[in-house]
Amino acid sequence: MSDTLSGRQTGSRPLLPAYSPEAPGTHPPLDYPDYRSTRLRVPRQPLVPLPHRLTEVTGPLLGEDRIGEHDHDLTVQHAGEPLGERIVVEGRVLDGAGRPIPGTLVEIWQANAGGRYRHDGDRHPAPLDPNFSGAGRCVTDAGGRWRFVTVKPGAYPWTNHHNAWRPAHIHFSVLGWAFTQRLITQMYFPGDPLFAFDPILSSVPEAARERLVARLELDTTVPEWALGYRWDIVLRGRDATPFEDEEDDG
Amino acid sequence: MTLPLTPSQTIGPFFAVGLPWPDGPDVVAAGTPGARWIGGRVVDGAGDPVPDALVETWQADPEGRFAHPDDPRGPAPGGSGFRGFGRCATDAEGRWAVRTVKPGPLPVPGGGVEAPHLNLSVFARGLLNRLVTRVYFPDEPEANAADPVLASIPDPAARARLVAVAEGDRLRFDLHLQGDQETPFLAI
Repeated sequence: MSDTLSGRQTGSRPLLPAYSPEAPGTHPPLDYPDYRSTRLRVPRQPLVPLPHRLTEVTGPLLGEDRIGEHDHDLTVQHAGEPLGERIVVEGRVLDGAGRPIPGTLVEIWQANAGGRYRHDGDRHPAPLDPNFSGAGRCVTDAGGRWRFVTVKPGAYPWTNHHNAWRPAHIHFSVLGWAFTQRLITQMYFPGDPLFAFDPILSSVPEAARERLVARLELDTTVPEWALGYRWDIVLRGRDATPFEDEEDDG
Repeated sequence: MTLPLTPSQTIGPFFAVGLPWPDGPDVVAAGTPGARWIGGRVVDGAGDPVPDALVETWQADPEGRFAHPDDPRGPAPGGSGFRGFGRCATDAEGRWAVRTVKPGPLPVPGGGVEAPHLNLSVFARGLLNRLVTRVYFPDEPEANAADPVLASIPDPAARARLVAVAEGDRLRFDLHLQGDQETPFLAI
């Protein structure tokens, strides 16, 4: 087999997908002093552009073999049910062109209903729940859909500034289809009065903040059992042009 | 249709609740021919270790192929099942490592060759988005000299920081998030 990229080109164009640039105003700036932990950790030199070539347009397609039977349901991982408000959280992983991303690993972690993580570094004097670990994972289906059953995490204090509290949130990690799409983010709950005081959410450009807030959805809510929230995760899209045979476009 | 993209947020200090995998550092299994550990320390602008970072790596197999449908050269010969992906949380001293093999060189569309490399992402409390960089190999001076990504880093001293350092049978690659020895990071 040829060791070059010329063997399967369309005209002079190699068949590598091209991932769209991320629009300005999508992500937080790295340098955001209101979030104190940024100060000694963000690079001071400009980032060097990395073209999208083979290592960038590919990525780990890991999934089903990493999922246990109860990984998507954080309320059945122990002998008893965790305390708190049981919820369903579901959505899709899409790309910027609206295409579902199937078979991608979605990992979550969160505090318990009292706002406490099962982590040695969490010193918030709220109780641990012996029936709640706070970690889940699943793989998106053919439609890019994922779904977790959990409890609503509590708000918790942190030391960023005087009287600092994080709004309730669930951490999400998505591998995506390619190295370019790798994303770690946080999902918030609608109408939280702590939004305005949180430098982590506020680091996101204002017009994009609402994209991190789930919506209460009665279609997702299970009657007599659990409120449901919906939240779609959109990873950068790829331009279709390199895939197409221009001579076939008519 | 164009959908607005989901913004990034920090991984925060408590990701160990869910993200580390027992086999995360095993890009290849122990005993794989040519396998060695690549790792180092993550340090901040004060030179202190970053004990709550997550490092991920992604790379081609030794033939320079990816187990991925978007590698237009087709599947790796033999369909090796090469995972290519590593994940390691830093320890209390900021240390990380993955066990892997050197990838093959990669053809560049339009001509040229990329030297063997790993793509690397760093996530940490205090990073509102990941940092991306590359790890190159010290026993590839000619390929590194011809690599277009290395060539795009103007400062030769900074460029040299993307080449791992041989230490016995390991390769050391420290990540300086900030400061005089700052690692060059890449915009993807």
